Amino acid sequence: MNSSRCAACKHLRRRCPSDCIFAPYFPSNNPRRFAYVHKIYGASNVGKILQDLPVSCRAQAADTLCYEAYCRIKDPVYGCAGMVSVLHQQLNVAECQLATVKAEVAAIRNDSAALTVPTWFD
Amino acid sequence: MGGSSPCASCKLLRRRCAKDCIFAPYFPSDDPLKFAIVHKVFGASNVSKMLQELPEQQRGDAVNSLVYEANARGRDPVYGCVGTISYLQNQVSQLQMQLAVAQAEILCIQMHQDKSYFLQNDLLNIPIPNANSFNKESLYGHDMVS
Repeated sequence: MNSSRCAACKHLRRRCPSDCIFAPYFPSNNPRRFAYVHKIYGASNVGKILQDLPVSCRAQAADTLCYEAYCRIKDPVYGCAGMVSVLHQQLNVAECQLATVKAEVAAIRNDSAALTVPTWFD
Repeated sequence: MGGSSPCASCKLLRRRCAKDCIFAPYFPSDDPLKFAIVHKVFGASNVSKMLQELPEQQRGDAVNSLVYEANARGRDPVYGCVGTISYLQNQVSQLQMQLAVAQAEILCIQMHQDKSYFLQNDLLNIPIPNANSFNKESLYGHDMVS
């Protein structure tokens, strides 16, 4: 019988127990996923984070940890926090643009209320 | 006179704080929580490796972003920073939709104004002059003779 180890246990070169905390979220067919989180967080920290969560939340937590680890590998200085910063800037720009356009709408409405038809035969 | 006090990292890790301690410039002893949260999420060893792989002038920013992400993960262990990103993306999308609606409203108002203006022209029965039909004979009915 050849029981397949999860990606985490393969990476850590250990036996994969039946109740392995990593196995449901780091399948053996995607070794990079665990490699990313291990590089940034370490297997021990990832295990602790998952252990502290109810089972129903662990898949989502594993996904977000992978995403953040990937962002940190791509951008070792700013990681995911860099994206937050860019989005805050985009939010500020969009708010300013919206305020400008709304002011323009109000001005046009005021102008059209005051508009009189030119009379050429006065 | 004793030596300088250990940085927050070395205090937490209970080790001697070397002169060239990689953590010391970024984790001063007066802010122990800053290193505590980063150590809890990333681990001191991983943080040390990340900082060592960066040029010195970028380490300050790297530490700040690691602290930010660690705090986000501490507040929301499931979604961490990704939850914030998702929320902000949603906010930006909503604002962009509102912007598109407001811009369409301006176009509608302008089109309505143009239409009203031309409709009022027709009601006044003002013929639109045709350059070919405009000549003195049609005005005076005969040639002007001085």
